[in-house]
Amino acid sequence: MTFNSKWVQLAVLLALIAILPVFFPSGYYFRVGALIFVNALSVVGLVILIGYAGQISLGHAGFAGIGAYACALGPEALGLHPALAMLLGALVSAIMAALIGKPILRLKGYYLAVATLGFGILVSMVLTNERSLTRGPDGMEVAELGLRDFLKGVGLKLSSGEFWYLVCGLVLIVGVWIALNLFNSSTGRAMRALHGSEVAARTVGIDVAQVKLQAFVISAVYASVAGSLLSLQNRFITPDVAGFMHSIEMVTMAVLGGVNSVLGATLGAAILTLLPQVLTVFAEYEQLIMGLVMILVMIFLPRGLLPSIAAKLRGRGE
Amino acid sequence: MTLLQVEGLGISFGGLRAVNDVGFSASAGEIVSVIGPNGAGKTTLFNMISGVYLPDRGRVMLDGQDVTRFEPHLLARMGMTRTFQNLQIFQDMTVLENVIVGFHLAERGHLLADLLALPGTKRRSAEVREKAMALLTRVRLDKAAEQVAGNLSYGALKRLEIVRALAMSPRVLLLDEPAAGCNAVETEEIDAFIAELAATGIGILLVEHDMKMVMRISNHIVVLDHGEKIAEGKPDEVSRNPEVISAYLGTVDAEQDEQDEEDEKEATHAVG
Ligand SMILES: Nc1ncnc2c1ncn2[C@@H]1O[C@H](COP(=O)(O)OP(=O)(O)OP(=O)(O)O)[C@@H](O)[C@H]1O
Ligand SMILES: [Mg+2]
Repeated sequence: MTFNSKWVQLAVLLALIAILPVFFPSGYYFRVGALIFVNALSVVGLVILIGYAGQISLGHAGFAGIGAYACALGPEALGLHPALAMLLGALVSAIMAALIGKPILRLKGYYLAVATLGFGILVSMVLTNERSLTRGPDGMEVAELGLRDFLKGVGLKLSSGEFWYLVCGLVLIVGVWIALNLFNSSTGRAMRALHGSEVAARTVGIDVAQVKLQAFVISAVYASVAGSLLSLQNRFITPDVAGFMHSIEMVTMAVLGGVNSVLGATLGAAILTLLPQVLTVFAEYEQLIMGLVMILVMIFLPRGLLPSIAAKLRGRGE
Repeated sequence: MTLLQVEGLGISFGGLRAVNDVGFSASAGEIVSVIGPNGAGKTTLFNMISGVYLPDRGRVMLDGQDVTRFEPHLLARMGMTRTFQNLQIFQDMTVLENVIVGFHLAERGHLLADLLALPGTKRRSAEVREKAMALLTRVRLDKAAEQVAGNLSYGALKRLEIVRALAMSPRVLLLDEPAAGCNAVETEEIDAFIAELAATGIGILLVEHDMKMVMRISNHIVVLDHGEKIAEGKPDEVSRNPEVISAYLGTVDAEQDEQDEEDEKEATHAVG
């Protein structure tokens, strides 16, 4: 059993999620924790797209936007239960990803980056401008999931923060489990193979276009579910969720933590979610310090935090 | 029985006719070698046959079926695969995983089953893993199975590429300079390995610069020069063919001339 084995990684994650609350000085930290898990979820999706399959997206916040607004609009406009609206959002994101992925995944490198960027901007513009439906940039309220009341009914009383910490933590564990399953499966190996050499992957029978599309659709569903969870816990959503900055943030988290590593990406999400909270003490220097940290990590640990540290430890062990 | 038939294949890059009107055929268990000076169009010919390039003219027939312009992964499903002159290894994957990817067509199942790690996928994975290890043992790479492929030596990667191609049990295998950059011992080993593969009924197309090796193991040789087929036949026929000799000597002469000029320049320089 190496550190990389699936169950060890899942156990580490589970242990962290279970133990960390012991150190929380106040209930507020459950909220921060839940936010970390939501961010980590969409970043794990990007690990599949970028780390496994070697394709870039600068528009994944678009899918988060679809997931988030599905939970806002589904109950209001269609009378759906929020949980069902979340599934609908994931389905719509998957279909959108399949439709736009087909033509744009033929592009490579920065051409693909620009095309996905365009998609993200498009979603964000629609959410901002379709005021009659989305109430525009002021955002809209999101219905209550209702599960917490149900739990209270059966005798499990949780604060809102605790509840969302638990739900997002569980969803993240499922997301990580799926991503790790994929890594060592036939499809996952096909993704990693085409990342290494597209032409060689094709000559052993891999349908490169199809496998890229699968990676794109899967990662879109991750982002969509993350967006849904975000809107459901905040009970409010604005078009910023689909904005360019959010897309960039996702990619930055993935790259910072280690884009080839599911746990690394989770770490990246944790750091970039926490850092601004910690740095509020430094007020005006916050952005500066954030930028500096990122530059330093990329210079000294170019493969991302976790893989670089793991490699260093392994090197010392031998 | 003819397994692969190539008819009048041609392609141009800009004004350059890289390959022009080349045809030949190969049967099961036969080793057909394509030889010619650097830049003759051998790799380009392979790229067209294997679907990597779309030919401008001509046809490729596999088992009597027209497969011209088929994508490489479709050709792979029909039993044709290849290796590359410039190594195409999945660098960040382990040596074993590289071979397992070669089993893609045998292993692949439903995407959902892969995402949820359903029991069927595990069983298939274990089977494929065992077969991949057996292939690695055949080329003495079993000890390196868990290493990241990028760390292997050039000669080892050449062998890895061949067994990765073998993993899909091809009926037609295209090998583009499998022994390039290998030492004499490794070359002999690859040589014997290729003969073994042909003996199992695989039709082999081989590009190789090592003439001794080509003459020894080929059943049939096709000679290219400037994109044109200038001769073909059995090894002894081809080696006696005056056009072939001049094509090869021609390049040797040209290189020699260049060398002489260089020497002269250096000499004048030294004097000046
Ligand atoms: N994609 C391409 N675009 C433009 N020109 C190309 C391309 N591929 C090959 N060529 C040209 O076609 C000609 C044949 O090249 P090819 O690589 O097929 O030769 P070769 O016989 O394999 O040579 P070598 O023995 O050096 O491997 C060369 O002049 C080469 O520059
Ligand atoms: Mg060549």
